[in-house]
Order: sequence, then C-alpha cells, then structure tokens
Amino acid sequence: MELYRSHILVCGGTGCVSSDSLKIEERFIDLIEKNDLKNEAKVVKTGCFGLCEAGPIVIVYPEGAFYSQLKVEDVDTIVSEHLVKGRIVTDLLYKESIQEGEMQSINDVGFYKKQERVALRNCGVINPEVIEEYIAYDGYEALGRVLTDMTPEEVIQIVKDSGLRGRGGGGFPTGLKWDFTAKAEGDQKYVACNADEGDPGAFMDRSVLEGDPHVIIESMAIAAYAVGANKGYVYIRAEYPIAVNRLQIAIDQAKDMGLLGENIFDTDFSFDMEIRLGAGAFVCGEETALINSIEGKRGMPRPRPPFPAVKGIFNKPTLLNNVETYANVPQIILRGAEWFSSIGTEKSKGTKVFALGGKINNTGLLEIPMGTTLREAIYDVGGGIPNGKAFKAVQTGGPSGGCIPAAHIDTPIDYDNLIELGSMMGSGGMIVMDEDNCMVDIARFFLDFTVEESCGKCTPCRDGTKRMLEMLDKIAAGTGTVEDLTKLQTLAKTIKNASLCGLGQTAPNPVLSTLHYFMDEYEAHVHEKRCPAGVCKALLNYMVIDEKCKKCGICAAKCPVNCISGTKGKTVYHIDTEQCIKCNACLEACPFDAIKKG
Amino acid sequence: MKSLEELRKLRKDSLDQVDMRRSGKGTRIVVGMATCGISAGARPVMMALVEEVKKRTLQDVTVTQTGCIGACRLEPMFEVYRAGEEKVTYVHMDGEKAKRVVAEHIVNGKVVQEYTIGAYEK
Repeated sequence: MELYRSHILVCGGTGCVSSDSLKIEERFIDLIEKNDLKNEAKVVKTGCFGLCEAGPIVIVYPEGAFYSQLKVEDVDTIVSEHLVKGRIVTDLLYKESIQEGEMQSINDVGFYKKQERVALRNCGVINPEVIEEYIAYDGYEALGRVLTDMTPEEVIQIVKDSGLRGRGGGGFPTGLKWDFTAKAEGDQKYVACNADEGDPGAFMDRSVLEGDPHVIIESMAIAAYAVGANKGYVYIRAEYPIAVNRLQIAIDQAKDMGLLGENIFDTDFSFDMEIRLGAGAFVCGEETALINSIEGKRGMPRPRPPFPAVKGIFNKPTLLNNVETYANVPQIILRGAEWFSSIGTEKSKGTKVFALGGKINNTGLLEIPMGTTLREAIYDVGGGIPNGKAFKAVQTGGPSGGCIPAAHIDTPIDYDNLIELGSMMGSGGMIVMDEDNCMVDIARFFLDFTVEESCGKCTPCRDGTKRMLEMLDKIAAGTGTVEDLTKLQTLAKTIKNASLCGLGQTAPNPVLSTLHYFMDEYEAHVHEKRCPAGVCKALLNYMVIDEKCKKCGICAAKCPVNCISGTKGKTVYHIDTEQCIKCNACLEACPFDAIKKG
Repeated sequence: MKSLEELRKLRKDSLDQVDMRRSGKGTRIVVGMATCGISAGARPVMMALVEEVKKRTLQDVTVTQTGCIGACRLEPMFEVYRAGEEKVTYVHMDGEKAKRVVAEHIVNGKVVQEYTIGAYEK
C-alpha cells in the first residue's frame, strides 16, 4: 500500500466547487507532481466542511491546517512553503483558527466548537467517491450487525428507543413510521429517501449526499431489512448534479462489493436501489406528490389516509424518510439508542443540521444538539450579524415556517418549541434577518414562492395563496387598508385548515408569524404609509437634510434620472420626490450622510 | 460482502489510508524540513518514519514536518513530543537510524541516547 506523509483535503461541496475548488484541486495535483511529491502527499476531494462562507476550503493533515478563501494562485505558496518546507502559510489560514500567532485545532474554532456532528460526521473527512474510506470510518458495520445479529423487530425497537424524529419537516417519530410499514400487509414493500430538498437557502441534504453518500445506502438497506422491503428509491432533484453523481458512484461501488444486491452478508436479505430524478417542483418534497412522481405521474399530492406506510409507491406499503433522518440511523445502531437519546431535549433527541444564511457572518452548514438556543446558533456558531447591525428575526422551516423575533432568541431549538412560536423545524433552513429587513417584504417573498410552487390541485392553496399575495402587494405599495389585515388573517387560517397537503397547510405560516410578532410594521405600512425598515420602495422618500448638506453636488452627479437640483457651492440640494426612482444611489454617494430615506 | 469479518478486515486495511485525519493526541514526530534539512537528506528520513509507523500500525503517532529548527549543521534531525515527557531531539539521522528510533523510543519507550543532541554535543 502507498504511504503518504500528508493529506490535502479539498472541499468538493457545491459551495466550494462554485468558487473554483476543482481548479484548486487540479493545481495541487499538478504542483505535487512537479515537485516530485506525489509519493508523499495525497489530494483528497471531500464533501462540505460546513463553513461555506470561508470557501474554498483546504485542510492539510497531519497538521490540520485550515486554509480558507483560497485562490488558485495560493496553491503555489502552500505547496512550496507548507508541503516542501513544512512551514504553515499563516496568512492563508482561516483567521479564527489563529490565536496569539499560534494555529489552533479546527475543533477549537468558534464555528465548530459547539457543533456535534452525527449526520455530518464524515462530511469533509472522507473522500465520498472511495467506499474504502467510508468503511474505514465504520461504514457498513451497522448493516452487517443488523443482518447477522438482529431481528427486524429489534432494529425497529432501537430506532424507537432512540427517539429519532423525522428531519424533513413534521418531526414524526421515525421508529413508529418503521413499525407501521413493517406491520402493513403486502407482498412487496419499498423504502424511499426524500432528497427533494426545496426550501430556499437549505442545503443540508445536498451536503450529506455529496459528502457521505454511502451512509444513505447503508441506512436504507437497514430500513429495508427492518420493514421487509427489497427495493429502494432515492428521489433527488436534478438540480443537484454533484450529489446525483456521487450517489450513483456510491451505489455502483456498493453493488460491486456485494453490499447491495442478492444475499448481502451471506444472509437471505437482498436489496437493490435506484435514483429517481425530480424536475425541481417544490411540491414533490411532499410525500404523496413525491410518490406520484416516482411512479412517473404528475407530481401532485394524494389525500391521506391512506398513508404511504399502507399505500405508497405503486400502492404498496412504503417507508419514506428524509436524507438527514437516514444519516442518523447507522450511528444509532452502532452506538445504541441510549447514546442518541442522551443528546438533545426531552422530546427532541439527537442533533439537527441547519443551513445558516441571510444576514450572518458564517454562512454555512452546522450540526448542533437539539436544545441549543437560537442565540448560540446565531452568535456563537454563526458568528453574529455583519456590520454591527441589530438582530431582528430568524426564519426557520423555509416557506412553511415562520419568523421568530429577537425576544425569543434564547429559546432552545426543538420541534415543539418552534411550533409553539408559530414556526417549525422544517428541514432546517435558518435565515437570519437584521434591522434592514422589512417583515412585510419577507412575508411577501415566501408567499411569492408558494404561489409559484402551488401545484394547483386544491382551491385553498391555489387561489388562497394568490389572494393573500395580492393583499401583501397592496400593503407594500401603501394602498393597504385595515380590512386587508383582518382578511389576511382569516384567509390564512382557512388555507391552513382546508388545504390538501403540507404545502398549503403551512404556506400561510410566514404571514401569520410576522402578523403576530411584527403587527406594528404592518400597521405602519397601512396607517402611516411608511416602511420602517426602508425596504418597500413605494413608501420610500429620499430627502436632503439641509443642515448637513455641504452643497458639493455629488448626489446630483450620481442621480440617474437627474431629479436632484441645486447649485454647487451655493445652494442646498433638493430631491424631486415625484421623479425619484428610489435607487439609493444618492444616499450611498453622499460623503456627509446628508441624505435620509423614510 | 460475505461476512462481518470480511468487512472488518477491509476496514483495518483501509484505516491506514485515513488514520492521519483523526485527531491524534499521542506522539508527534516532527521532522525539520527546511532547505537545510532537505538538502541534508530529511526526506528519506521522513518517509522512513512514515513507513515504519504504518508498518507497525502504531495508533496515535503522527509524523509531521516543520521548518528550520536552527541547528542546520546537525540536520537531518527530528524531535519526538510526548505528553508528560521532555522533548527528545535526534540529530544526524538517516533512514535506518529513524527506524531504530521508532522501534526503541516510540514502541518501547526507551530513548536512543546515542542519537540525541545531548550525546552529540558532549
């Protein structure tokens, strides 16, 4: 076997790939060859490290040097300094990993310190395209033990005892779901994996599939054994080409090694799986629509009951779990239900992966124990709000969730607490908003998304969300009335109660939660025709503050529609609000902060 | 895959490929790899160390490199760090000597006095 003294881990997650990490990888391979180091240093392309904000990321072992925001040219320096001469290039290190001039271990960096990685444990550690690396980190051990040593009932019992709940949205107890499917009558059963991650800004599942695809194969095989299935489907969106590609490689490798196919581990158990590509419709993340889509039908939801556990794919009992849910299972088998249930809160066990985005310093992926407070997630792991702005709210659960205001920032994150606050866990999107975000505008953004993505099957969702959006548009345009606010609430409640599937039932949440917590902002739009955050254009007026104006004329020169008048050095400038297009150019240009909007 | 034993054997073989990325808290062998070290022959010493550590499947031993330690005339040299023990500096190393250090010092805990900087300076 070949021996290497150094491993260079290059992030191959979508985030880093889009900032040229593949070119960085190429350059490393090239220069290592040129410097005659190819028998000493090995380049490994891994999955996402989570700290996407600092991408492209490269970690060099055994030192564990964490290089961030690299450019292709920087590779030359790292090779000539670090690899050839053994001098870590401090200037290129992630700046938080340096303290008092000394490099710290990555695990001591704020972003990673409070994290606990279960679902993401192999992401950024192994090469996802090499099955042996997965096996080296205990891969397929859980499947082996389950098949040779446990009955299906025992497997289900462990999953039940662990307290694992679905990570894709509702948080239904996973063990119970497995039990229902196992007990359902049927000659043929299926297991399926929901990888149709559609929430704006969410990329947890993508990262698991890109960074550790084998865990999904192993876990689905375990689930198939537990419920009595022999065939699995992974439903994944075609917009995730890297994830699709790596999962296919992983499936092929598992087949070659006999970890998929007939008589796995020399037992009676046989299992095979295939990938089904979705075309990117948000509704296909809803389980019954997803099942229709797998069957080749139009992706529209079916009424429940019957639930998929009874009548799923091709009307056969089907177990459907989300990617992250599956990613937890092998660890639960290996380390026991007690270990898993020791993490988290009373009713929400284990960890949860969140995609942190919006107004936050460390945009990226984090996995934290349930019960971590929002404050810890946003400030300790996320690094706080950029530019010293004030935190206003955090949106969890994507278009199905709600906005949680600053007053509740010390709430421990778990399924029940989030629902109590009018939001939900959802799949784990976490969008942070600061004082510059208008909550009416945010509600509009999410509703606009659901209007676009509503499949049109049931009236409350198809027409109701559209009417709600129209009212929000009115409010944002300054023509909203008090009646609109009441109508908005009534309609939202009707849609929640009357929609066929989860998409419609949760679509009004962003509106309801902002109405609940930020009524004052809605009222300012309606009564005072004013947008407090200065976002809704129709309600904005730009003005020159006469006392501050130095008559320099810079604003007038910048104005694209020539609506600012005045004489340089002589008179104070004035903005003609009739003609102003509210482009903000003058405000940004003024060196004396003499222009205000409001 | 026919049995758990087969899987575990494969894991054992594969572990060497990734062992370096685990957070080792045990022994650190640091080889001086600045220009002075390299020109004196530090590279074969480093590779011999890596090979020996792998061959003996030593856990928690990392071989890493550093810049110039400052005693260029004594290159190739490396230092062994262990928790709770004094740092030991070995000088004028070559592949064979390095292997002996691994066997006697790293495995058996007995410092190879004759190779140390202390012995040389006397």
